[in-house]
Order: sequence, then C-alpha cells, then structure tokens
Amino acid sequence: MKKHLIAVPYYVWAVVFIAVPLLMIGYCAFTDASGAFTLENIQQITKYWPVMLRSLLYAAVATACCLVIGYLLAYCMAQQSERTKTVLMILLMLPMWISFVLRTQAMQDLLDLVQNWLKAAGIDLQVRNNALAVVLGLIYNYLPFMVLPIYTSLEKLDKRVIEAAEDLGANRFNVFRKVILPLTMPGVGSGIIMVFVPTISTFVVSEKLGGAKFNLIGNVIQEQFLQVYNPNVGAAISLVMLVLILFILIIFSFLDDETKEGLL
Amino acid sequence: MNSKRITAILAILALLLMCMGGCKKYQPNEVVYVYNWGEYIDEEVNELFEQETGIKVVYKIYDNNESMYAVVKNAPGTYDVVFPSDYMVGRMIAEEMLEPINFDNVPNFQYIMEKFKHMDYDPGNLYSVPYTWGTVGLLYNTSIVTETPTSWNALWSEEYKDQILMYNNSRDTIGIALLKNNCSLNTTSEAELRVATADLIKQKSLLQAYVSDDIFSKMESGSAALCPVYSGDAISMISENPDLAYTVPAEGTNRFVDCICIMKDAPNKEAAEKYINFLCRQDIAERNREFTAYSTPQQQVYDALPDEIRNDPIAYPDDSSISKTEVYTNLPQETLELYNSLWNDLKNS
Repeated sequence: MKKHLIAVPYYVWAVVFIAVPLLMIGYCAFTDASGAFTLENIQQITKYWPVMLRSLLYAAVATACCLVIGYLLAYCMAQQSERTKTVLMILLMLPMWISFVLRTQAMQDLLDLVQNWLKAAGIDLQVRNNALAVVLGLIYNYLPFMVLPIYTSLEKLDKRVIEAAEDLGANRFNVFRKVILPLTMPGVGSGIIMVFVPTISTFVVSEKLGGAKFNLIGNVIQEQFLQVYNPNVGAAISLVMLVLILFILIIFSFLDDETKEGLL
Repeated sequence: MNSKRITAILAILALLLMCMGGCKKYQPNEVVYVYNWGEYIDEEVNELFEQETGIKVVYKIYDNNESMYAVVKNAPGTYDVVFPSDYMVGRMIAEEMLEPINFDNVPNFQYIMEKFKHMDYDPGNLYSVPYTWGTVGLLYNTSIVTETPTSWNALWSEEYKDQILMYNNSRDTIGIALLKNNCSLNTTSEAELRVATADLIKQKSLLQAYVSDDIFSKMESGSAALCPVYSGDAISMISENPDLAYTVPAEGTNRFVDCICIMKDAPNKEAAEKYINFLCRQDIAERNREFTAYSTPQQQVYDALPDEIRNDPIAYPDDSSISKTEVYTNLPQETLELYNSLWNDLKNS
C-alpha cells in the first residue's frame, strides 16, 4: 500500500490533465453548442476523410524514413567507443535543446537556402512549401525519438548472444536478421509509436513548411477551435483521431508480437 | 562560503522588500486586464498608465480576431479591455459579449473623427472606440514587379509563380477573390463565393505560401514579390526594405477599423474606461500611432502630424479612394459556415 502512495502526485496529475480533458472532449464531441446530445459532430468527420488520409500517409512515410535512418544511426552509434558515443549522442540531442517551433522556423530558412543551391546547380526540384518539405521537417524533428529507444535496446543487447550466433555459423546478415533485429524489436516498436503518434497530429510543421497550402488533420482541429470556433466539431475530430490511433497501435502491437514470435 | 550565504540572504530580503513595495502600490481591485493584438501598442504606454493611475495593467496578446474570440468566449470575466476589428465588434455585440461604455468616463472620445463614429458594426456607438484604421492593398517588390499593379488580378499572374503570398485566413483571402470579381466583400451569395473560391484554387499553384506573420520576413528579405497587406504593416515593411511599394488596386478594397471595447463580464469596468480614455489622450495616441504605423482615427493627432505623413497615400488615402472601400460586416451564421467549407475545399484542392 505504501508503495502505491508515492505515485499520488502522478495520479493527481493524470486526473487533472489527462482524464478530465478526455472527458471534456468526449462530452463536447457528442453535444451541440447548447449542450444537447447530437451525433452531427461525428458525422461531420466524413468531410475530412481526405485530410485524414493525407495525415496518415505523411506520418507513415516520415515514420518509415525515421526507422531506416534511425536504425542505421543507432546501430553505428552502438559500435563506437564510449567517447564517440557521447559526442554522437550530444550531436543528436543538440537540436532538441531548442524549442520545436523555433527549430521548424529555422528549417524553413534552411530549405530556402537549399532551394537556392539547387537552383544555382540547375536542379529543378522544389524543396519548399510542399509535401516533401513537410515530410523532411517531420523527419528532422522526430528522428531522435526513433534513435533513442533503438539505441538503448542495442546497448542492452548481450554481446555473447551475437558471438554464439557467429560460433554456430551464422553469417553477418543472418546474425542481424535472426538475432539482433528480433531482440531490438521492443526499441523499434516504441520508436515507431513515439514518431508516428505526434507526426500524425502535427500542425506547426504543415503550416510553416508546407506553406499552409494544404491542411493536415491537426490544422483542421486547430481551425475548428481557433478560427471558426466550433469546439464541438473540433472535439469530435480529436476523438475520432484518438480512436484511430488507438486502433492502429493495437493492430501494430498485435503484429509486433506475431513478428517477435515468428522470428524467435 | 559565509559571504555567499550573506549575499543570498540579502538578495532574498531585497526581493521581499520589492514584493512588499509592490503590494502597497496596487490594491487587489486596481488591476486592468488587457487583451490586444501583438505589436499593437507601445508597451511603455502601459507603464505610464500604471505610474499615473496606480492601476496595474495585465497585458496579453493574440494574433487574430478569431483566436481572441475563442479565448474570451471560453473564459468570460478574464479580460476587461479587448481590441476586436469591425466585423468582430458586430459579432460580439450580437452575441451580447460586450458591455456598453459609459462615455462620461471617456471624455477623450470627443477627439475621434466624426466619420469613425456610429459605424455600421456599432450603429448606436455604444460599445466601441476606434483605435486604428487602414486599408488592404498590394505590397510588391519593385525590383521584381517593375510596373505598378493596377488590379487584384496581379496576384494571379503566371510570371510571379512561387513569389506570391496570400493571407492564411478565409475572410481576407476569399475577400480578395471577391474584390477581383467586383463583388461585395460582405456578399452572402453562394454563387459569388463559389466562383471566388474556384479562382483561389486556380491561383494556388502560383503561390509560394499562405502566411500570417511570416509575411514580414518573406517580403523584407525579397523571397516573395507580391502579396496583399494591411496598410500599417506595409508602412513598417517599406521602412525596412525601400524596394517595396504599396498600391490599392482599381477595384477597391477593404477598409478596417480596429476598436477598443469592454467585455461584458469585465472584472474592473471603471479601470477599463480609464484605460480607454488614456489611450485616446493625444500624446498617448500619438505614441501608439508612431509605434504601430497604423492610421489614427483621432482628429487632433492627425492634425499635429507632419505633412509627409498626413499626405502619405498609404496611411491616409484621399476621399475618392476611401469611397471605393468597404468595411467588413458580421456575416450571418450560414455564410460563415459556407466560408468554412469553401476554405476546406481550397486547402484540399
């Protein structure tokens, strides 16, 4: 019982800042401006399917890119000496010391610069104010969230397991596929969740780097609350997103268990 | 070690003394809560008000009418003084969110020009005091756009592809397409609004971005060539980059009046009236005019301006240009919903 008590500060926190807001969202989603029960807000969601699909697509692409880049980086980092590890870790974390919005603003200016270089080099590729810029921004902002959990699970990996696999005649590819990858799956799983969930609901990146030319679902929610002032519809879209993300995470964890078992 | 401790104790004592001094100066009821646009006041004015009246100013800022509306709608009784624009004054009056001002306590209201009293959004002039006004025009970079644009159609020209900016809000952006088509800015005709949106969808491939505050950096640095802009902002940007120029196209434009109002559940209405009266005092109004670069609705302030400002066609266009402008009115609910759905179509196109 005593052990239970030390978590009380968190319980208070969770009730005030998680449970209560969730209940408020649920309440707003199913009521109209006068407070009467309605399903109309939820039905409005059909208008926003294309936006939702686009958000899903961008988040998926950004997460996949983060996974490939992040795994390779984490793998390299884990091979280095302690000293190099520290340096690489600081380099990775350095941008995180700056506020998210500032970083995104800086990215906008950086892309301007890159655009000028491309133009000077005669390459006709748009890297500003389009989908590519948004995905680049998402990768830039969320890569550390992918690298850290994978790196941690690689660090925890018992080197003797790898040696055993090598002794038993597995080549490097098979060691990776049959030993390292399955054992780091928990890191990969939490990395994917930590990147996918925030990227799907972003609104700063699409506004700053996408030139606000198309909305992601985060922009629609923000507009409902702050532009057209229809908090009920805003809450309904948030609720649908919440359920959708939960659903995806459940499917994912199910697949993850399967793959883990299959590979082990 | 010891001397450090003494310094720390002294510092804490000093802080306590400062707090006590602060407590003595301000009675709890002598606070005025002000909610204004960013960069829309010379903040020293607030300090002057505190010194002169002993009323503490708690000052918060917002970046557009709609987000201000969302905040005050959700939290009545938080603010005393707000600064909505014309159409938002109309909406807030209609929704009974504003408190009538007792003009006996705001004698400086007499200095407001007659043409800014009894506006359509507040016909009885019970709820609002004009603070600034201006027009929307075209800002262009003369090193790229060499001929003065004469029509809003300039924002649809192929030759400035990727160098055109538009505002990231539905009212201003759809409004510009309406102006281009010679329609009223306050139209409720679905057909006209749909044609305007179709034009904006065509324009989208030519745009660099939809912007709000980014407009300053993009135009001043020259990374964009052409955009619609509020006249006061145009004056600020031209002073930063002399290559920029401002013009009001022939089709006419929007004229806006930003007002000062008191909230219905204002915690301290009397302090709010004192604050409004203070802002209308000639010297204070002049400071704010100079800081914001927006046009003043105050006769005395205007009369005291040097000729080059008074004759600046950006800030003070002549009567014939004014006659071609239209002030936004509060649109009916179904038109607001149509705006929202058209804006969604535009962003999904």
